[in-house]
Amino acid sequence: MFLIKLLLLNAFRHRLRTLLTMAGLVVAISSFGLLSTIVEAWYAGVDATSSTRLITRSSISVGYPLPRYYAERIRRIEGVSGISWANWFGGVYIDKRNFFARFAIDGPSYFPMYPEYKLADDQKDAFLKDRQGAVVGRKLADRYGWKIGDSIPLRGTLYPGTWNFTVRGIYLGTDDKVDETMMFMHWQLLAETIKKRTGSSELANQVAVYVVNIKDPSRAAAISQEIDTLFRNSSAETRTETEKAFQLGFVAMSQAILMAIRAVSFVVVLIIMAVMANTMTMTARERLAEYATLRALGFPPFFIVKLLFGESLMIAAIGGAAGIALTFPLSVAFINQTGGLFKVFHVSGSTIAFQIAASLMVGVVAAAWPAWKMSRIDIVQGLRHIA
Amino acid sequence: MRAVPLSYILRNLWVRRVTTMLTAGGMALVVFVFATVLMMGAGINETLVATGQPDNVVVLRKGAGLEVNSLITRSQASEIENVPGVATDSLGRKLVSKEPVVLNNLPKRGGIEVSNVTVRGTSEIGMSLRPQVTIVQGRMFRPGTSEIVAGRAVTRGFANVDVGQTLHFAGRDWIVVGLFDAKRSAFDSEIWADTDQVMQAYRRSSYSSLVFRLSNAASFPMARQRIESDPRLSLDIKPEQQFYAEQSERMAKFIRLLGLSLSVIFSIGAIIGAMITMFAAVASRIGEIGTLRALGFRREAVLIAFLGESLGLSLVGGIVGLLGASVMQLVNISTVDFTTFSEVEFRFHLTFLISIQTILFALFMGVVGGFIPAWQAAKLDIVECLRAA
Repeated sequence: MFLIKLLLLNAFRHRLRTLLTMAGLVVAISSFGLLSTIVEAWYAGVDATSSTRLITRSSISVGYPLPRYYAERIRRIEGVSGISWANWFGGVYIDKRNFFARFAIDGPSYFPMYPEYKLADDQKDAFLKDRQGAVVGRKLADRYGWKIGDSIPLRGTLYPGTWNFTVRGIYLGTDDKVDETMMFMHWQLLAETIKKRTGSSELANQVAVYVVNIKDPSRAAAISQEIDTLFRNSSAETRTETEKAFQLGFVAMSQAILMAIRAVSFVVVLIIMAVMANTMTMTARERLAEYATLRALGFPPFFIVKLLFGESLMIAAIGGAAGIALTFPLSVAFINQTGGLFKVFHVSGSTIAFQIAASLMVGVVAAAWPAWKMSRIDIVQGLRHIA
Repeated sequence: MRAVPLSYILRNLWVRRVTTMLTAGGMALVVFVFATVLMMGAGINETLVATGQPDNVVVLRKGAGLEVNSLITRSQASEIENVPGVATDSLGRKLVSKEPVVLNNLPKRGGIEVSNVTVRGTSEIGMSLRPQVTIVQGRMFRPGTSEIVAGRAVTRGFANVDVGQTLHFAGRDWIVVGLFDAKRSAFDSEIWADTDQVMQAYRRSSYSSLVFRLSNAASFPMARQRIESDPRLSLDIKPEQQFYAEQSERMAKFIRLLGLSLSVIFSIGAIIGAMITMFAAVASRIGEIGTLRALGFRREAVLIAFLGESLGLSLVGGIVGLLGASVMQLVNISTVDFTTFSEVEFRFHLTFLISIQTILFALFMGVVGGFIPAWQAAKLDIVECLRAA
């Protein structure tokens, strides 16, 4: 008890310096948290995947069209319990900056495959009945203030012209990892419109990705291979992988940026380590005479080591705790600025664990050099020293 | 007014070496991050500016925005060739390149990952429209064959893209016959092949984009008027430079935002570090300050001396950080653009302006961190100081 009191009093002897050091820690720990939250947000799509879903797409690249009749052939494969398909709709909502995912889906089969998108039955029926209908995520609806019955005009990019959709449903995620920023419209409408415009049913009946539901996740690899073999050497070869692998493929594409962000988040910790070590070095130097007195009174060198480490860890713990608390509002502010680049954004338990570890490490490392030095002081020299 | 000698300031930094080193080290790291983020932005910019030629024009389907979204039929393409203002070469051919552009997955070098490479069908005319592109190894592909040439960044990043090797995609084997250098433009991350061969392999009947040279850059408004007013065409036309600048807007914006937040956050940390050091410097030298004042140095001189010390500290940090950042120029970053979904490679590009900005940023941190302690030192009363010593 006495030791803790001494540590506290020592820590706040130079109130300004300690407060400044803590402020530095708060900044560093909260930005470390923000950066690791950004990296995790990239992986959000991966976490939300299901092991019973496979994604089949063109072997050329994601989005390169596959014929619509593949659905019937895939459905016949043993172990496949359902199939649906989607096209990336693209398009621009008022301005290019309003970026969110838009998929033209096969309404009747798509929602049963994604139980994590909760859509009320009456809304689902309304959507299925309206060719121009659309279903949007809750967060997306909040962002643009859409309500059921509102009209959403989109300027086509992949599919030319102006398209008008009516919001028929708003879906909710079953947990906070589910992407609630997507917009769905009918694939059927797309196909019919293209048919009317081009007269070609080949162009109309195109699909960007098939979602394949399987009964047994352990057979994912075998079924994937079976699907790809089915279309090998055809005019449109496929590539099938688990939903997780598919999402990881997307993440891997931005790996260079992710690595840069990770590296930067470690640099932050290094910076604050330098600041903190500086504080502790100065503190120790000023108290040289004091430590010499303690030693002369018979305290062992280890006691001084304890004092320094304790003080350093105390400052680090307080600063770190404040930094962790600040991470939450900071993350919200950042996400609001990026305008929909990230769909799911929340500070995870492992981020907080890393923040705690980083604060403690800063505390320990900062005290190491002064503690080593102070435990070896010459008592006479120290007593003579004027701080 | 007599100033405190510079040597006094510098020797003070030297006497407290460990503290100076730690403070300057912290600043150096901040400066390093600040500079690399600016360099990244400059690198992206460099890549995009180099990609567009001032008198080239890109034509896409109306509203498509990206080459891979766009479809241009053969009949639309021949209409464009007749637009007034299109330049011709010495043989009298129109300088119009009709190009199918496809994103194709290829395996990355030394790994199981795949990424998107832009495969572009082009021709001799397409080559001459991009004077920055030169074959550096091997030769150009021969028209009518399954031969391809690849950009430097593709060779670096993807497996089996060396001269003489074969790549399998779009249902056939393609032989790499040459490598080209596109002077760090986005073309460095592309694979080029014969237009008709690409169309056949990917079973396409239409082009993605048309690129043409204007005989005179000033005739752009006329060409635009001609193309955009024709309802049968329903095409968009843009100067090539503007087209490429717009493509990576989203990624550039993200990097700018991230860079800005990081710089602000980090500089707060470094300013605090400088402040702690300077407060300690003032506190431990109260007697000295009194002596200086008693010797006849004015308050302003003391203020400037301490501010100078802080600036010296930040200058050391700034220079070390900048040196570290300049090493980053050797690093190339290859990533998938958020908008085009194709891989682009760029480098950290250190410009003269960035060096100046970085040093100014370091000095700014020194001034902000040092001002309050220096102010405190200057305000001290002579008698109090001397008594405290």
